[in-house]
Amino acid sequence: MAQATSQVTVDAPRSPYDRRKTTRGNFELYSWVFMRASGVVLLVLIFGHLWMNLMVGEGVHAIDFGFVAGKWASPLWQVWDLLMLWLAMIHGTNGVRTIINDYAQRDGTRMVLKGLLYLAFVVVVVLGTLVIFTFDPCPTDAPADLLASFCSAN
Amino acid sequence: MTAVLENPATEAPEPKAGAVPSFDVTLRIRRYNPESEHGEESVWDEFTVTVHGTDRVLDALHMIKWEQDGSLTFRRSCAHGVCGSDAMRINGRNRLACKTLLKDVNPDKPITVEPIKGLPVVKDLVVDMEPFFASYREIMPFLITSGNEPTRERLQSAEDRARFDDTTKCILCAACTSSCPVFWTDGQYFGPAAIVNAHRFIFDSRDEGATQRLEILNDKEGVWRCRTTFNCTEACPRGIEVTKAIQEVKRAMITRAF
Repeated sequence: MAQATSQVTVDAPRSPYDRRKTTRGNFELYSWVFMRASGVVLLVLIFGHLWMNLMVGEGVHAIDFGFVAGKWASPLWQVWDLLMLWLAMIHGTNGVRTIINDYAQRDGTRMVLKGLLYLAFVVVVVLGTLVIFTFDPCPTDAPADLLASFCSAN
Repeated sequence: MTAVLENPATEAPEPKAGAVPSFDVTLRIRRYNPESEHGEESVWDEFTVTVHGTDRVLDALHMIKWEQDGSLTFRRSCAHGVCGSDAMRINGRNRLACKTLLKDVNPDKPITVEPIKGLPVVKDLVVDMEPFFASYREIMPFLITSGNEPTRERLQSAEDRARFDDTTKCILCAACTSSCPVFWTDGQYFGPAAIVNAHRFIFDSRDEGATQRLEILNDKEGVWRCRTTFNCTEACPRGIEVTKAIQEVKRAMITRAF
């Protein structure tokens, strides 16, 4: 029996657990700092936004198509909303990216989820930016019955 | 102490003054042995032993191994909380079996004993610590200096020594790393223990390898994976403020980058 099994090969007792690859770099550092910095800025932006929309003047009852159109006629609110959109989207996307990294166990799952996430990010940011800058409450060639009441005033 | 055990069973005598009371305790132990009839499945096994108020979980495990089931497998070396061999998950929390008194973990109910999580189990309570030590080796846990070696000791002020005193206490038991939820799902994460031992050298005034170590830990799988859940701080049998150490390493990286 001993001679029959004398050619047994024994694996090394400890397989080397090497890191799959080093992923050094400042990306995670900047993302970590960005989350904190953008969080503070977003606090100001969002509560300023809520205050302006809900508390000032007539409050929540003043919000309608005309109210939004009026706000976006001013460059201040264009920049404010643009900043809010971008910061919130990057902040949120980065947070979800972190959660996917934490919980997705397989590389395939992680790739698919992150792909969907980045697609959603691009769609929302592009559409949102487009709306903020190209918003025209009274397009000249639109049928009159579709226009807001204040467009026919002039 | 053993005098109490040999009381005649007929009548319960008055306990002598200073005698340690004994009681029965049940341990539910997570068993895994691929060579047994259970194969790759791990199963719960219950043992009841009579112990004293001064006994630790490790003493109960010894009693089981020596008197009831010799196949029960666990690691222990010094049995006094210094070697860090017997970290295990007792009643759902990572502790050292040799530092946990049975009376402190509610002996009225069965006490669950499992291997620490996140590392591959070899048998019963023994896990493969190699991934843990691989991360430890990566942060270069040794003194790095330049220039000529001094002819005498490298002196250090008491304040400089106190800067990293907390993280010198680590015994590499893996209780922190295996309590970390990020490590459970991502075995590539360096883990709290490696960062604690990097901290021990990064903040040592005699060491000159801080930049290299910060570079190593400035990894996607480095300190930035820490979610500050404080599981590690709670698990550490040496009372090291692990999360604080990780945060200090993060801060050192940020001040270096900006």
